[in-house]
Amino acid sequence: MTPSIAHPDRVEGWNRPPIIEPDGEGELLEVAMGPHHPSTHGVFRMDVALDGERVIRLKPVFGYLHRNHEKIAEGASYLASMPYTDRLDYFCSLTNNWAYALAVETLVGQQVPERAEYLRVILAELTRIQNHASTIGFLTQEMGASGTPLMYAFREREKILDLFEQLTGSRMMCNYMRFGGCRVDISAALLDEARKIVAGLPGFIDEFEALLSTNEILMARCQGIGKLKPELAINAGISGPMLRASGVDYDIRKVDHYGIYDRFKFRVPLGDHGDVYDRYMVRVLEMRESVTILEQALKDIPAGPIMDPKSKIRGFRPKPGEAYGRIEAPKGELGFYLISDGTPNPYRYRVRPPSLINLTVLEDMCLGESVADVVVIFGSVDIVLGEVDR
Amino acid sequence: MLGEGILKGMAETAKNFAGSFVSKERLTTVEYPEERIAPAENARVFPFLVYDTENWEAGLRCVACQICEKECPPKCIYIDKSKDKKPDYVGKQQFYPTRFDIDISVCMSCQICVEVCPFEAIKMDTQFELATDDRFGGLLLDREQLAKSNEYYHEIHPTEASEVDARLAEEKAKADAKAKAAQATAAKAAADAATKTAAPASPTQAKPEGGQD
Amino acid sequence: MKTVEEIKAAIEVAVPGAGVEIVSNPSVSGQHSLLIAHSHALQVAQFLRDDSELALDYLSNVTGVDYLDKEISEKVKVTRTVTKTVDGVEQQVEETVDETRKRVEPGYLETVYHLFSVAKKHGPVIIRMRTANRTDQVEMPSLTPIWRGAELQEREVFDLYGVVFTGHPDLRRLLMWDEFKDHPMRKDYVEPDDFEYEPTAHDQVLERAKQHAAAEKAAIQEGAEAR
Repeated sequence: MTPSIAHPDRVEGWNRPPIIEPDGEGELLEVAMGPHHPSTHGVFRMDVALDGERVIRLKPVFGYLHRNHEKIAEGASYLASMPYTDRLDYFCSLTNNWAYALAVETLVGQQVPERAEYLRVILAELTRIQNHASTIGFLTQEMGASGTPLMYAFREREKILDLFEQLTGSRMMCNYMRFGGCRVDISAALLDEARKIVAGLPGFIDEFEALLSTNEILMARCQGIGKLKPELAINAGISGPMLRASGVDYDIRKVDHYGIYDRFKFRVPLGDHGDVYDRYMVRVLEMRESVTILEQALKDIPAGPIMDPKSKIRGFRPKPGEAYGRIEAPKGELGFYLISDGTPNPYRYRVRPPSLINLTVLEDMCLGESVADVVVIFGSVDIVLGEVDR
Repeated sequence: MLGEGILKGMAETAKNFAGSFVSKERLTTVEYPEERIAPAENARVFPFLVYDTENWEAGLRCVACQICEKECPPKCIYIDKSKDKKPDYVGKQQFYPTRFDIDISVCMSCQICVEVCPFEAIKMDTQFELATDDRFGGLLLDREQLAKSNEYYHEIHPTEASEVDARLAEEKAKADAKAKAAQATAAKAAADAATKTAAPASPTQAKPEGGQD
Repeated sequence: MKTVEEIKAAIEVAVPGAGVEIVSNPSVSGQHSLLIAHSHALQVAQFLRDDSELALDYLSNVTGVDYLDKEISEKVKVTRTVTKTVDGVEQQVEETVDETRKRVEPGYLETVYHLFSVAKKHGPVIIRMRTANRTDQVEMPSLTPIWRGAELQEREVFDLYGVVFTGHPDLRRLLMWDEFKDHPMRKDYVEPDDFEYEPTAHDQVLERAKQHAAAEKAAIQEGAEAR
């Protein structure tokens, strides 16, 4: 029996998912995993064709959380889209803010004061740490470690979110960055608090690693599963920890030197096999590198203004033109592409969502694996449906 | 040895488990609603309108300029502008809102209204227990429900409120100085006119509108 | 990295008759782009990817843009022969008259590709393609065979803008459901009449509320008349 899942006429070539033939015994089973499945991180569906336990075909189905963010932004002023960017990847609202602010600053050629640049780096790296910690927590949850590692991650995340709340006013929907700087200044007391949190982070990562890295069950479930070749990863536009886990040395912080990242010393961890375990390990190591960036940034942060004095809150009208700005968000390359026609609203506002594009290769990674591994592989991609569907 | 990693992880869990009995710091949750964590100073939930004097209606700082209504991303503010004018905090005659509604079921607490307001009239509240069973009426806050005194503002955001007060005082001082200068020139002109006509009547005092307290 | 002019020259050497134009960007970002003709798009894309100097192996972003039909009115000086009576004699006189002419510049759908190089760590190189119009000639060659990164994003552009990518292996709607008609990101998209009561309606919402109320009233009247 051939499955009725709509699938295209496959174009033969190295960048297409391979065709797996069923072994001919028994019938194929079609399963709709999702949209309400505990492992899908929200409302996401995978139409899976199974030959026994083996995945023969997998089609992701998107759009359950689609709200046409880009259309809303075309009808709103540049500033009014800033709080909406918080809601894309709601785990990392501060990096979303930064990417959007960076795109607008590229469009109008605005400079950002020193202190604001440091603040942006500090907040982005804290965001990265809490995102990676929770992602690993969710990944272990999907392997059946119900709760414990996730709660350890959330305990640490809570401290970081408390800091965000004290600074920006909100735990998750920070809406903090503005074109040409940041909204409110950080107080000395809060900076000390941040230093205290950062001082405690290496201990937490050690604890996390003692709990997980050498755990035999985790290794058995992750190693050799969901392999992604570097050639395919590059060709499919994969970015972030997933790309680096496949061994491709591409970190936008190092490549574009946006902000002030060229001032900090940090390494880019790379994977060797491109499997789920490498993605786990790359995230752990990236947390450690983020801690070193944070230590440097918190040591060097200068006093001074946090907003470009030329920036305007009301009546912001960029000259006609277009710009693409991108940053290394925790999930990958987050870009904003803006076309201005000289009016207060953008003519075109496009989000390059890393979560969505990283799912391009979901089928490639899952084919031939067992259905239980699909859940783990999907968890290792690290997506947030608010960003996938926009 | 197989199982070594698992044992290591178990030891970590045991340490945390035992630790939660010893160290108070590890107990990160509180028993809400009996026990509450005070909201952070910068915390923001929904907007409110600041008023200065005893009477909320007379003391509203809002001049119904409708900038917040226009800039609000989800468009949850609704303002009707008055026909007549009343004096504002510097004593200038200004319009006032006859209707100021915020639909907090639509509001997303982004505080862009606060940022764009040139009159320091709208600020963010920290009150979050607003659940109601009336979706339309109960979540549509009108002028009276939104009006909170400046003292309340000082209570919830002390640092920010003092900054705002300082800024307003400065503006008021400037406005006063300007009014005084205007008064002086008016008096001088009147005096000049008086000497020219050599009329015995004293010049009429050109008092600025309001401006004294 | 090469400038757009140099890239254009390189393309013209490698793919003869490629028909590449430079679209300049007036913004300070200075991100100029190259407009590629449909006929040679795949060869040009392959050249950009495989050329050892450019090595644009990473397709980052695919964006659809909609440009509406533009009505342009321009003043034209027209010379025409008029019969006039000069000094009692009928004569053929040439006269120049100002005339306003209106013409419609057809709109188009555009797809913008942002390319980067992982190998050389440079970018972005921006290429764009345009359809002939917005209604019946909306085809465009798909670049998915060259860069797999375009797969989902081209589906999205197809879904939201209605650009038909020929050669795309799996061209289905991505975000909207399959039965959905129309393309919501187009500038002239009309939202369905599914207004819900909102207490603070204004601007577009108020407009929609009014339209909805009118439609509802008309429907009720129609029903009454039918009875």
